[in-house]
Amino acid sequence: MSILVIAEHDNAEIKGATLNTIAAAKAIGDDIHLLVAGANCAAASEAAAKIEGVSKVLVADNAAYEHQLAENVAKLVADLGKDYSHILAPATTTGKNMLPRAAALLDVQPISDIIAVEAADTFKRPIYAGNVIATVQSSDTIKVVTVRATAFDPVAAEGGSAAVESVTIVEDAGVSTFVGEELAASDRPELTSARVIVSGGRGMQSGENFEMLYKLADKLGAAVGASRAAVDAGFVPNDMQVGQTGKIVAPDLYIAVGISGAIQHLAGMKDSKVIVAINKDEEAPIFSVADYGLVDDLFKVIPEFETKL
Amino acid sequence: MKVLVAVKRVVDYNVKVRPKADGSDVDTANVKMSINPFCEIAVEEAVRLKEKGVVSEIVAVSMGPKQCQEQIRTALALGADRGILVETDAELQPLAVAKCLKAIVEKEEPQLVILGKQSIDGDNNQTGQMLGALTGMGQGTFASEVTVEGEKVKVTREIDGGLQTLELKLPAIVTTDLRLNEPRYASLPNIMKAKKKPLDTTTPDELGVDIAPRTKTLKVEPPAERKAGVKVESVDELVDKLKNEAKVI
Ligand SMILES: Cc1cc2nc3c(=O)[nH]c(=O)nc-3n(C[C@H](O)[C@H](O)[C@H](O)COP(=O)(O)OP(=O)(O)OC[C@H]3O[C@@H](n4cnc5c(N)ncnc54)[C@H](O)[C@@H]3O)c2cc1C
Ligand SMILES: Cc1cc2nc3c(=O)[nH]c(=O)nc-3n(C[C@H](O)[C@H](O)[C@H](O)COP(=O)(O)OP(=O)(O)OC[C@H]3O[C@@H](n4cnc5c(N)ncnc54)[C@H](O)[C@@H]3O)c2cc1C
Repeated sequence: MSILVIAEHDNAEIKGATLNTIAAAKAIGDDIHLLVAGANCAAASEAAAKIEGVSKVLVADNAAYEHQLAENVAKLVADLGKDYSHILAPATTTGKNMLPRAAALLDVQPISDIIAVEAADTFKRPIYAGNVIATVQSSDTIKVVTVRATAFDPVAAEGGSAAVESVTIVEDAGVSTFVGEELAASDRPELTSARVIVSGGRGMQSGENFEMLYKLADKLGAAVGASRAAVDAGFVPNDMQVGQTGKIVAPDLYIAVGISGAIQHLAGMKDSKVIVAINKDEEAPIFSVADYGLVDDLFKVIPEFETKL
Repeated sequence: MKVLVAVKRVVDYNVKVRPKADGSDVDTANVKMSINPFCEIAVEEAVRLKEKGVVSEIVAVSMGPKQCQEQIRTALALGADRGILVETDAELQPLAVAKCLKAIVEKEEPQLVILGKQSIDGDNNQTGQMLGALTGMGQGTFASEVTVEGEKVKVTREIDGGLQTLELKLPAIVTTDLRLNEPRYASLPNIMKAKKKPLDTTTPDELGVDIAPRTKTLKVEPPAERKAGVKVESVDELVDKLKNEAKVI
């Protein structure tokens, strides 16, 4: 029983969610191979070989894989995946985009966003915005699974010494081309791996007012997130959205500011270790999941909070 | 050109569902059902393309029990031209849905297929990508902007790091994210008109699709509950609790 894990990377570095996905793979079996598909991705491959628990790194280094186009990478994964009992990828936008496509090529019904491994063929996953946890058993020969990173503690990025093998298969479907990318540049930690998150909602009233949260976040070494309402209103960009249809986070500390606590938002943050809610409405549902609630005007509280740290 | 839109019948997003007491399934008896919000966005996008003169016909497809007709009628009231119901009372998994859609794509030969990025019940986020694999079409998932330019479609996608833009050859698949558009409300005259629009019914059998499930739900349960916390009176108390009780700062 060998497991193929698809690495998430930017050709230079391996992204953190890969380490959580390998942890899920270890709960299934111990012959774990890691695929690095990219272009000029030698640096990422070297880093991959050092990850704890990986026995082999497969490197597909070709222009066709540079931007992780789903059409090309899915074919490669389906070609290679035939020889494995399991194929795993992080449930990031990259993994969710590519892996179901690979599964369909293998005639497999994939299992999305698992939060626990019960047995080699049985997994737990949240449905209905996390209001229900389903235990699902697969009867497919190959199990194709995406992994919710926050549910598994990452393996160590160092300490391993996997063999590196290059893969020469080139799959270029020729139906899609990369045009461009606008990536948010920020010196703050990434939302999905931050230890502390300060999140703002509609109560912030404007993009300018988010400056208060950035200042607070910088004192705390925190990332900044947002509710859908704040993103829809144009206060902040889409990559900051936390929730059922945004990012799933589980930091040590989540501070929700001017967020009411709709189930779709809770779905993305309620597994945080400690939750703080700051809201002027004492009836706001966010208080039902908050460890510490402060009922007050955020415009008064946030500047004071920042100076008292 | 022709557009195919997939619309799914789901438990309304305002309903908080619960597992049945025996943990066998989710209790959906007598709850309000609606069109999946992402599918509504898919219909709206097709209608906007039609209003721009890019699209000439919109076909709305749903798979599931007879009652899915309601969601197809909603799509027709929003501006779709005709509907197809693939009727079955069996549980449908995304692979089976994608196979049914592929059979319909082969018949209808649309230039664009628009689906929701995920449905808010199963939360799978799979169907569009799987249809892409089965048809060989390119896919623009999690779309926040769609522009048809001649034989191509340009899709801006919401990704973890920000936004990415791809160009796909037509025919192609698009799955919608929340910010692609804001769906209109169906007007009463349009709801009335929708009742007269054609709605064909077929079955997975007639389409030659094997819909046998590949996964089995062994049980469903509520998630671990969080214990209700405390209210603090001041910023000082909050800072103190975070430092000395929770020890997180
Ligand atoms: C299909 C679907 C998917 C969705 N996905 C997501 C998702 O992924 N993430 C997400 O977040 N939402 C999602 N939503 C939206 C969700 O239902 C809510 O609409 C949204 O979370 C509300 O955001 P909010 O709490 O910022 O705004 P509101 O609900 O408007 O709450 C604002 C809060 O701020 C408080 N407030 C206002 N002024 C002040 C002040 N001066 N001081 C203190 N408090 C103040 C108010 O009391 C209120 O509680 C989704 C919805 C649908 C239908
Ligand atoms: C508790 C529970 C138990 C279940 N048990 C089973 C089971 O035992 N066996 C089983 O087979 N299934 C079962 N299901 C159903 C299954 O898990 C999914 O809900 C279903 O397969 C569809 O997945 P999805 O809608 O999340 O797909 P997604 O990939 O998230 O859907 C994306 C998009 O695809 C399109 N789409 C998807 N389905 C349809 C459709 N029917 N008609 C039109 N368009 C569609 C829509 O545009 C939608 O926005 C169960 C579901 C639940 C909640």
